[in-house]
Amino acid sequence: MANPATLGATGAAMDASRGQMSSDHHRGPRPKKALSRRNIMLYGVLIVVSLYYLLPLYVMIVTSLKGMPEIRMGNVFGPPLEVTFEPWAKAWSQACTGINCDGLSRGFFNSVQILIPSVLMSIAVASVSGYALSMWKFRGSEVFFTILLMGAFIPYQVMIYPVVLLLRNMGLFGSLSGLVLVHTVFGMPILVLLFRNYFASLPVELFKAARVDGAGFWQIFFRIMAPMSLPIFVVAMILQVTGIWNDFLFGVIYTRPDQYPMTVQLNNIVNSVQGVKEYNVNMAATLLTGLVPLTVYFVSGKLFVRGIAAGAVKG
Amino acid sequence: MAVAEDAGSTGHRAAASSGAKRPSRLLRNPMSKIALVPMIAIALVVFLGGTVWTIVYSFTDSGLLPRLDWAGLEQYDRLWSTRKWIVSIQNLALYGFASMIGTLVIGFTLAALLDRKIRFEGVFRSIFLYPFALSFIVTGLVWQWILNPQFGVQGIVRGWGWESFSFDPLNNPNIVMWGLLIAGLWQGTGLVMCIMLAGLRGIDEDIWKASRVDGIPVWKTYIRVIIPMMRPVFVTALVLIASGIVKLYDLVVAQTGGGPGISSEVPAKYVMSAMFGSQNLGQGFAASSMMLLSVVIILIPWAYLEFGGKKRG
Amino acid sequence: MTGINRWLSGTAIASALAVTAGSAGAVELEVMHWWTSGSEAGAVQEFANAFNDRTDNTWVDGAIAGGGDVARPVMVSRILGGDPPGAFQFNHGRQAEELIEAGLMLDLTDVAEEQGWADVINPPSLLDACTYEGRIYCAPVNIHSWQWMWLNDATFEEAGVEVPTNWESFTETAPALREAGIVPLAVGGQPWQQNGAFGVMALALAGEEAWLAVNQDKDAEVARGEDYARAFQAFGEAREMADGVSVQDWNQATNAVIQGEAAAQIMGDWAQGEFAMADMVAGEDYECLPGLGDIAILDAGGDAFYFPQQSDPEVEAAQKELAALLLDPEVQVAFNSVKGSLPVRGDVDLGSVNECTQKGLQLLADGNVVPSGTALLSPDTTNSLNDLMTEFWNTPSMTPEDVQEQYAQIIEQAD
Repeated sequence: MANPATLGATGAAMDASRGQMSSDHHRGPRPKKALSRRNIMLYGVLIVVSLYYLLPLYVMIVTSLKGMPEIRMGNVFGPPLEVTFEPWAKAWSQACTGINCDGLSRGFFNSVQILIPSVLMSIAVASVSGYALSMWKFRGSEVFFTILLMGAFIPYQVMIYPVVLLLRNMGLFGSLSGLVLVHTVFGMPILVLLFRNYFASLPVELFKAARVDGAGFWQIFFRIMAPMSLPIFVVAMILQVTGIWNDFLFGVIYTRPDQYPMTVQLNNIVNSVQGVKEYNVNMAATLLTGLVPLTVYFVSGKLFVRGIAAGAVKG
Repeated sequence: MAVAEDAGSTGHRAAASSGAKRPSRLLRNPMSKIALVPMIAIALVVFLGGTVWTIVYSFTDSGLLPRLDWAGLEQYDRLWSTRKWIVSIQNLALYGFASMIGTLVIGFTLAALLDRKIRFEGVFRSIFLYPFALSFIVTGLVWQWILNPQFGVQGIVRGWGWESFSFDPLNNPNIVMWGLLIAGLWQGTGLVMCIMLAGLRGIDEDIWKASRVDGIPVWKTYIRVIIPMMRPVFVTALVLIASGIVKLYDLVVAQTGGGPGISSEVPAKYVMSAMFGSQNLGQGFAASSMMLLSVVIILIPWAYLEFGGKKRG
Repeated sequence: MTGINRWLSGTAIASALAVTAGSAGAVELEVMHWWTSGSEAGAVQEFANAFNDRTDNTWVDGAIAGGGDVARPVMVSRILGGDPPGAFQFNHGRQAEELIEAGLMLDLTDVAEEQGWADVINPPSLLDACTYEGRIYCAPVNIHSWQWMWLNDATFEEAGVEVPTNWESFTETAPALREAGIVPLAVGGQPWQQNGAFGVMALALAGEEAWLAVNQDKDAEVARGEDYARAFQAFGEAREMADGVSVQDWNQATNAVIQGEAAAQIMGDWAQGEFAMADMVAGEDYECLPGLGDIAILDAGGDAFYFPQQSDPEVEAAQKELAALLLDPEVQVAFNSVKGSLPVRGDVDLGSVNECTQKGLQLLADGNVVPSGTALLSPDTTNSLNDLMTEFWNTPSMTPEDVQEQYAQIIEQAD
């Protein structure tokens, strides 16, 4: 390898190459030929596959716009004869959870209160761990990493009681901080894998140059690694937002009723064992609950792809 | 933490030059270990500790509450003589194999198609990814409807006049796992596609140019050149898919409840039903210990190859 | 940053609430349960109203839908974590045994004596299910019975046969029903429904004595014997009669009967709510046969509330107030009228009730009652039986003889 240049020069070179990468990538590997036979095939396949992916969404949306009598007729695919937004209103503000009838809105802010610290905390811990593992690893560090990776394969439910006992001993059971800690812990395996691979893919010269310049552990992380890794942070955020926002089990076990997240209400609306199932309200409630992660996907879609590219490719 | 300190005394970078010569290095290297303390603590206390705890209690007759009343190998005896467990393992093997291949192939193919520099790439990507965001409690129900023989796909096709058309996977014990797979692929391929697409974006443009100059067909370039280059991407995807398969539970509960009969039971569901349905924690822990054991058997050699074989900078 | 602030202020409010709840005279008592459907939630509301209006305390509702399998780990976690709810719903009987053994449950014996529970609770087996080593640990609130078969009159009319009055005559109508394109029996796909239906047939066809020998005394020889063989044969016939309805949930199966696709369903008394909702009248549009019409007897199961041991004496006082209130005659009537179940007190009047509920009340009053399966068998045994019966139900090649032997083996190992 060539002698490491000064820190500044390497950084600039990196920026240049990344800039080139991203602009190239919009063009793709081949020049465009509109309506060639190949393109028709290509779009044909994509559209057919899209139909398979969209079918359940279509069923959910039309069902959520029907009244119950129409649903009982059993025509799953038929468009609503009479469009009603009643189920959406009901799911948001009237559906009952036991004796509290204020719909999903009851848990929305609780979910936000759980989501924000959990996402920040888990990403902060995992990114630093991934950075330390890839750049500063010592003999044995990968043994711990392997143990951590094993954690990705344990069904969460098996860990419920040991975690209850741990939290109790730490005096955190039933508190929001306890729940944040649990989300951080269970997000670790996949997130550390993601960050570790990403940081390991960055050029070593960069790191060496920084060391020569006398930069320390945190300096390198905050001044060099973090700014270069915005995309992977977005990827991690998307994974965590989806997972934590949709979590029911931890939310209901490790908090108290006044802090229950929205998914507890979703479960209560959807999962009542006895009595009539209001399918239209169920569908509306699910779509409403999914809006937050969907918005995150949509807003950060572009960064998502670029992020994993750099992390997974060379890891 | 003593283990970490001992093991960490020679970081490979620091080992290149003696750390003692520069005092600042002494301050920096401990920092990197301190930064790993949370991860090491989590790995040891929660995951290793929780695993050991689970294995210990799998040798007890704990019911609703964990208790240290030793039962020897009784739980394991019972586990392996229970038909539901055997069926669960067979189902997981079948589903896991099909899902692994299906997710990788579909994920990669979709990514490759999207990478052909198409219009509306963002729209297609969102379409393939959105199922990942929706709770399976309800999407499982939707798939139940779509696969329902009376008013789902079968009913529609018969309505078109093809009277003998038969497609009823959820009520046929022989093919029920394929019914689950249809929904499982729907939910899981989007994320893998994104990872693959990202991997493809990272491939150097010059590779494509070179293969075009040499006149190698596109499909051949993918198989011979691109896929081997994407090995790390496939590894990342594999870990994600495999952990999802081992933990497969929600999908089954929402779509079939393990039925018809016990024909779509899976190990994670066996664990949950033993722990919380039968109130037999010992049995649930025995089953999950067996699951962990098989994960470890696969993971350790892989980790050895991944970390032991090579040194990277 | 606003997120962090909101989070911090949220925590502050939560802890402030906890403090006021502890120091003031009135207690905020958290009650966990899995009653979330329309009529269930309405019934819980009756409890909450009574608790809020008639005591100084406040009912804090902790509803978790999805039944015991979802709610139970949450309840047990809360107890293990040292932050138990004030009260929680459980099926009484064997499920809570361990919690009592571990000393985690509040002893309600003084409340029970003061309120004279032993004299008013009918059938007494309900109180027995709450009793552990002579002390009382739970408050039963309602009675549900599995022991019913529901028949749609119109379907039999369509098939041109008399509405059957017992299992034998029902099986005789099956060919005529089939001819008319009606599925004789609707059974949902979930294991508990199939095992439950078998339990009903065993009690009705093998007889009370054999049923008790198997379920209460765990006598595997009786389970292998002649009487039970009859029940297994009948269950095999039922399997054939149910071919043609493929639904999962019990209420979907009930709906098939209401719509006339199927003629009958074996299901607990909670099914009656569905008929009522479809504006069908008992005795005119639909019939109910307790004990399949063969042996008029009910198994009395139901729900109960347990009260975890708390350190705060004020909370304990509130728990005992709630326990007494749950069995108050007025509250019993209000709750059970909404829930559609029968009151646990023999001395209250539900008011005007339909023919089927009347039959049920009469059987209770006459003492034609056996304890419920959940009170006699451990959840572990019940679950094993569920698995076995659903396997039989979905495996045409499995014979009644096969399943009988395996059934007996599970009973043999039951504790």
